Amino acid sequence: MITAAVPERENYLNNAYGIKSWLLTRDHKRIGLLYLFTVTLFFFLGGAFATMIRIELLTPQGNFVSSETYNKLFTMHGVAMIFFFLIPAIPATLGNFFLPMMIGARDLAFPRINLLSWYLLVIGGLFSLFAMLAGGVDTGWTFYTPYSTTYSNSWVIATALGIFISGFSSILTGLNFIVTVHRMRAPGMTWMRMPLFVWSHYATALIQVLGTPVVAVTIILLFCERVFHIGIFDPTLGGDPVLFQHMFWFYSHPAVYIMILPAMGIVSELVSVFSRKPVFGYQFVAYASMAIAVLGFLVWGHHLFVSTQSVYAALVFSFLSYFVAIPSAIKVFNWTATLYKGSISFATPMLYAFGFIGLFTIGGLTGLFVAALGFDVHVTDTYFVVAHFHYIMVGGTIMAYLGGLHYWWPKITGRMYPEGWAKLSALIIFLGFNLTFFPQFILGYLGMPRRYHVYPDEFQVLHVLSTAGASVLAVGYLMPMIYFIWSLRYGKVASANPWGATGLEWQTPSPPPVHNFDVTPIVTHDAYDYSTVIGQEVEVG
Amino acid sequence: MSSQSSVAPSLWEGGRSPYATNSKKFGMWLFIISDSLTFSTMLFAYTYSRVTNPDWPKPFDFSPAIIFSTVMTFCLLSSSLTMVMAVHAMNHGNRKATVRWILATMVGGAAFVVLHTSEWLKLINVEGVTPFKNPWGVPLFGGTFFALTGLHMTHVICGLIYLAIVATGIARGKFKAEDVEVSGLYWHFVDLVWMFIFPLVYLMSARVG
Repeated sequence: MITAAVPERENYLNNAYGIKSWLLTRDHKRIGLLYLFTVTLFFFLGGAFATMIRIELLTPQGNFVSSETYNKLFTMHGVAMIFFFLIPAIPATLGNFFLPMMIGARDLAFPRINLLSWYLLVIGGLFSLFAMLAGGVDTGWTFYTPYSTTYSNSWVIATALGIFISGFSSILTGLNFIVTVHRMRAPGMTWMRMPLFVWSHYATALIQVLGTPVVAVTIILLFCERVFHIGIFDPTLGGDPVLFQHMFWFYSHPAVYIMILPAMGIVSELVSVFSRKPVFGYQFVAYASMAIAVLGFLVWGHHLFVSTQSVYAALVFSFLSYFVAIPSAIKVFNWTATLYKGSISFATPMLYAFGFIGLFTIGGLTGLFVAALGFDVHVTDTYFVVAHFHYIMVGGTIMAYLGGLHYWWPKITGRMYPEGWAKLSALIIFLGFNLTFFPQFILGYLGMPRRYHVYPDEFQVLHVLSTAGASVLAVGYLMPMIYFIWSLRYGKVASANPWGATGLEWQTPSPPPVHNFDVTPIVTHDAYDYSTVIGQEVEVG
Repeated sequence: MSSQSSVAPSLWEGGRSPYATNSKKFGMWLFIISDSLTFSTMLFAYTYSRVTNPDWPKPFDFSPAIIFSTVMTFCLLSSSLTMVMAVHAMNHGNRKATVRWILATMVGGAAFVVLHTSEWLKLINVEGVTPFKNPWGVPLFGGTFFALTGLHMTHVICGLIYLAIVATGIARGKFKAEDVEVSGLYWHFVDLVWMFIFPLVYLMSARVG
């Protein structure tokens, strides 16, 4: 069929072509897509390592790879997933794309710095990738001393340098977001009218700006210790290996909130749109993000309960860790209350939001288990901990990330994804996820340590279940990859606002024009005021 | 949520100005807050190592070590004053004077770097201090000393390059007054950090009596 040559409206995708128009772009939307491409590569790289780990654990003998290789596999899985997927995943892709649009801005405050931060992530990623290809690194993603400084014979320096460089990407992104939120809001967009996605990214940005320098210095000292052996982490020269753990977790625990807060922001959007109600207790949810950002800095010691930390310090850290659960619980309760008497539609993004709420709750509640001193001593370094943080990171962050990708896909590309396939893959991911990680709670409780590939025969059944789940999960992750690409060409053309949403990003064409809005929007209502979109056509629901 | 109407484009840029500041200055403040965490971490590691080692060395004699480091401090602090003069001149639109004051600032900073480097060389070559050992006691002294002062010196050198770029931009009539002010913020921050390092690393390590 020959379609009539209707000139396509100019948008950010068709205003310029060629590799240069992408690599030198200063458009936050294009940079968001560059990030999307990058983190997707690292996601599948980390996934490949996870696949090998799960294959190895099918049998108790440890006969698929050697112990040294196994150490490298779980380390590189962690490094790829945490530093090059989870931390940049939501803020640098969806946040980059939608934060300016949601506040009615033309771009971020510093477009050049935005592009620079993508290059920093790529350069850091290349360093770490080089380390992986050259022979790998085997210290665990936490780089605990003295193993990382003295004993390991793997590529610690190249990997650590990669993380160091990518850290600047994170700092600059956070800095850019904070200035943008303060200075670039459209007329009428007051703080209490900002979408909760923006609030959660603001809180995330604070952690990025305040936390990341600490891990940067920690890595510098690790570098000095390994190369020059200055002794800062070596007791024979006057240093202390536990100091490394304190400095590392002072960043890396808040980094958990860098990964989960943006996910919470997405869920707030999704729950509201697909139940067509304002988020219950908007202010509480907004302030809860800020409370998590602040309290998140005060709980790092709960990673050191068995690391010769004083028992009084451990008590305080345990207490504060319970405290940080409160704002998270507020969010879960408020999302649930938003559903009450809502006009709920079960579109794919909402399925992911439901998945998030359930799995995050399990991950969060088991977080309270491991924050309890006595129980933690029992399950430290077991699969219970592994299951706990995968419920947060995979069940929470990746669920929300996929939900957000589906929700905003029509805005990003101007095409709808195939709803039937999307629902099927959401279901497969949910089932595969639980089959993979729930058995790990039981394994850990029974005493299966993490980071071992030879284990007693009685654990085999649970390990086989987990590996079976992982293969289901892999199918679930590959499906969106395929139908998203398919939809670029064959998907139904999306209207400006297919979900009947209230956000400013939906009040402009799909895909958006280069400067986001043809005219400056003037905001006169609260976020999530659905009376303003009554009468607009809703295509899916 | 929104009604759309056309608004003068000026509303895009700084429709509001929190804390009476603009984007660049605000960004620099955030960078400074972030970077202060860098130094805090290093100072924390240093302080922790120091208090957990009762035999931490106190090697610096009043003369010449403390006097020498005081002269370094004087150079760096004077450059903060000349930086203030540069910002002042630029606010009055005097580009020539601005460039001169920035150059004066760079001379102060460069003097600091030169003196600091000669102090390092003396410690390394004459006293036999390296990052791994020193003649006085806990080997870690050398490691923390070079890490802390090295991190700070890196910041000073970056500041010199930054100031050179700003001075060139001002001389060519490209940069605005705010660019001078923002670079001044960074420079003052680097000086302020030294005011923590000087007492904690030098004065507290002075050999008394």
